[in-house]
Amino acid sequence: MSRIPQLSACPSCEEPLEPADHFCGACGFDLSSVPEPPSGRPGAGPPDGPAPQGATGTPVAWPAAPPLPPSAAPGETSPLHRAEDLPGTDSAGAPLPGAPAEPPPPAGSAAPEGPAPAGTPAAPAPAAGQPWGAPPATGTRVPEARSGGAGPAAGQGDFALAEPGAVPAPPVPPAPPVPPVPEAPPAPPAGNGPPTLVDPAPAVPPAGEDAPADPREAVAASGGGGKSCVACRAGQVDVDGYCENCGHAQPRERDHMEEEIAGVAAVSDRGLRHHRNEDAYALAEAALPDGSPAVVAIVCDGVSSATRPDEASLAASRAASEALVASLGQGTHPQTAMHEAIVAAARAVDDLAEERPADAEAPRQNAPACTIVGAVAAGGLLVVGWIGDSRVYWVPADREGPVARLTEDDSWAAQMVAAGLMSEAEAYADSRAHAITGWLGADAYELDPHTASFKPDRPGVAVVCSDGLWNYAESAEEMAAALPADALTRPLHSAQVLVGHALDGGGHDNVTVAVVPFDVRPQEGS
Amino acid sequence: MANFAKPDVPRFAVEVYQNEFLPEGGREVNAIVTVTATGGGTLGGLPAHDGAAGAASAVALMVDCSGSMDHPSSKMRHARDATRTAVAALRDGTRFAVIAGTHVAREVYPGGGRLATADDRTREEAREAVLRLRAGGGTAIGSWLRLAEQLLTSEPAGVRHGILLTDGRNEHETPEELRAALDLCAGRFTCDARGVGTDWEVKEVTGIATSLLGSADIVADPAGLARDFRTMMESAMGKEVADVALRLWTPQGAEVTFVKQVAPSVSDLTGRRSAAGPRSGDYPTGSWGDESRDYHVCVRVPAADVGREMLAARVSLVVPQPDGGATPVAQGLVRAVWTDDTAVSTSLNPQVAHYTGQAELAQAIQDGLAARKAGDVDGATAKLGRAVQLAGASGHADTAKLLAKVVDVIDEANGTVRLKARVEDADEMTLDTRSTKTARLHQRPPAPRSGT
Repeated sequence: MSRIPQLSACPSCEEPLEPADHFCGACGFDLSSVPEPPSGRPGAGPPDGPAPQGATGTPVAWPAAPPLPPSAAPGETSPLHRAEDLPGTDSAGAPLPGAPAEPPPPAGSAAPEGPAPAGTPAAPAPAAGQPWGAPPATGTRVPEARSGGAGPAAGQGDFALAEPGAVPAPPVPPAPPVPPVPEAPPAPPAGNGPPTLVDPAPAVPPAGEDAPADPREAVAASGGGGKSCVACRAGQVDVDGYCENCGHAQPRERDHMEEEIAGVAAVSDRGLRHHRNEDAYALAEAALPDGSPAVVAIVCDGVSSATRPDEASLAASRAASEALVASLGQGTHPQTAMHEAIVAAARAVDDLAEERPADAEAPRQNAPACTIVGAVAAGGLLVVGWIGDSRVYWVPADREGPVARLTEDDSWAAQMVAAGLMSEAEAYADSRAHAITGWLGADAYELDPHTASFKPDRPGVAVVCSDGLWNYAESAEEMAAALPADALTRPLHSAQVLVGHALDGGGHDNVTVAVVPFDVRPQEGS
Repeated sequence: MANFAKPDVPRFAVEVYQNEFLPEGGREVNAIVTVTATGGGTLGGLPAHDGAAGAASAVALMVDCSGSMDHPSSKMRHARDATRTAVAALRDGTRFAVIAGTHVAREVYPGGGRLATADDRTREEAREAVLRLRAGGGTAIGSWLRLAEQLLTSEPAGVRHGILLTDGRNEHETPEELRAALDLCAGRFTCDARGVGTDWEVKEVTGIATSLLGSADIVADPAGLARDFRTMMESAMGKEVADVALRLWTPQGAEVTFVKQVAPSVSDLTGRRSAAGPRSGDYPTGSWGDESRDYHVCVRVPAADVGREMLAARVSLVVPQPDGGATPVAQGLVRAVWTDDTAVSTSLNPQVAHYTGQAELAQAIQDGLAARKAGDVDGATAKLGRAVQLAGASGHADTAKLLAKVVDVIDEANGTVRLKARVEDADEMTLDTRSTKTARLHQRPPAPRSGT
């Protein structure tokens, strides 16, 4: 359950506050500053994290993913790339900001991953157990003004999903017979780069047709009268879905949902303490212009203090998924596509508020709102994007590499921790911990999608979930422990197990999880 | 399915306002149900009698002709004028009768145990007959009502309505006899009651109106009678459908704590339930024209686990059909959802809070005036002070004005008042009679969000 922040006490002096206060009555603390992301967040990660890779571009032709070596030398992370350095276009056909000036490689060709150029410094050996730098979380289209004071090179660069002590930059895979991609100059100012459409003839995304029928609709259609009540077993269920005898609401189609497509699976459950499921997910399969597959998983968590949170989460998840399928098919870089998908989702939620502008029955309630988190696995990249406190965790299949959380909550607790005002334990023990500071909805402070790209060096799964799950497996290690070992090959079963984990823990909130297998195939025989 | 609904029968809409969230173990569900009838009022000046069964309205006018009406003599004159005005306002085709009330009831027009059909001739004859009314005799209101009931039910009619005027106490029959008469008439016809002057008993007049689902008011100055009678008759002529009931379904194990009409006035219907099928009961609401009324429904349901949702009540309107059946025409759902989020479960729905306050306001006025009458100055000051506070907080300006004639308001917000040493009888009776009139909650624009 996510809540729009409502501070009950001043974060500075603990003076009790009135709901409408903008400043603390005792110390004058500017309360409106609390929801704002503190300086350095989320670009700033653990200060002792390794330095991410340098900002200079290593040109890699998008979307063909270069194969990665089966292993990496200790002490080094794999080569990686800033998303901005990857050529591509946004869904409007404009070049990505910061896209390097390079001619489009031949369609369908796999561009080689050149040897790490001189400008790409090798990362220092990460400290054991702290393999992760901060997620860059840079929206590719919205220049972020956050200062990255807390971490070295915070807000810059991507991070290799390498285990501590991994081998350094890989041997170059065999060069395909294409002209070498020219060395990219440092990222030019946004918008100056020429279009770098990889495939000028975008393939029609087939995913929309191939996607199986929405199970929610299917169940809804089959629902009907004449059933007997599951609560008292004595009465019949009326057309409104209530028992004519004991009045109890009957299970709804969204109370429990499962879906698996293209090797991606999601499970959503009402939980044990909430009367309806306000979470929603969307899974989709997309085809990149070169024909290679991409998978999309979106999870949204309705803000329960707002009106119609269930509608908000459903609209947002569908809009984001549809936007991603369309733009990935047009060759848009997945990180840009993710950013735009979140914007599209926000618009979809805003539209809900306009449908019924002043909800007459509840004039004092907030506009529909929800969180969003999404993951795209495409072309060797794992791209995540989010607003709110729904999360993505990375768990390598071999369990030897580092596990990690790839998102930074827009939440009161996360901000308290980031601002150094509270320890993580204190912050999450506070009743305000779950107050979110960013959400999709007509009354959001501002739309600030966070996105990040990762280049895993080994197979693993991305666990995309609402807080109904991570409340019961907060740290990456706990999440990894809850995830079955065969998650890569049995994603649906794994999602079921994770939901079961949350229900066993108490199921206090709606639980939704998508398991996105990410299969990096080592170069066989190379 | 055949559509039996006549075009001039109003359509009903039901809206439910509530906070459906209950804390763990919570059982009490409160909801305000707004019922709005629209689409009626199409009769215009056309004859109502179109041959269909029960299409015509029937009206009985009951005029107090007891001896006290001659003190002063202008009272009887004004009563005659008012009755003549009401007769003039009768719509063509309406069936009607005029009854003179003393310690017995007497047919004034048309006589012979019949009703007349309103047209130019019968209206003129009735006005002539009313002119001959003279004061003399006692007061036995129950007998007037029994005669009205006989006349009104002597033939099929659509809407049956009475208008009763009295100036004195019901001295020539026992309260039990009046009660029995009201029980006989309840459900047969609706009745507005008016007290003229200041010698009548507020409880008697409001009791008639409550039992017979009509309005009660004071006409302190007899000169105002004619205008009031015209308004009442126009309201009666605007009614298109009679015997509408509010049907309440509640789940097994639930108890109906109360069902009250709360707007336009407070009227407790809890005890007037009649069974209507399994787990359902009907509460009478009388006749409807184009209008909107609010009801406060309070139900105790069996507690359920956190996360469960239950239908606590299904509210519908039951309108009699020409074929003799009765069909639920609109419905609203009152829900109960158990949550462990106390911020949600403790918040009050504004409508429920408002009408809870209005009902308390009516009770505070009645209790305060009763205490004042009994010489309990402290009790009266406390109750009427609370009433001043509630009237001010809910923006009920009419009642605030009436209260200010009975008490000196020192601090409205805190309910600090002082009883006035001298209070006009008319002011006190006006406040008492109108204590049940409620103010509706004005929709406020959505509160501005914090942040930008």
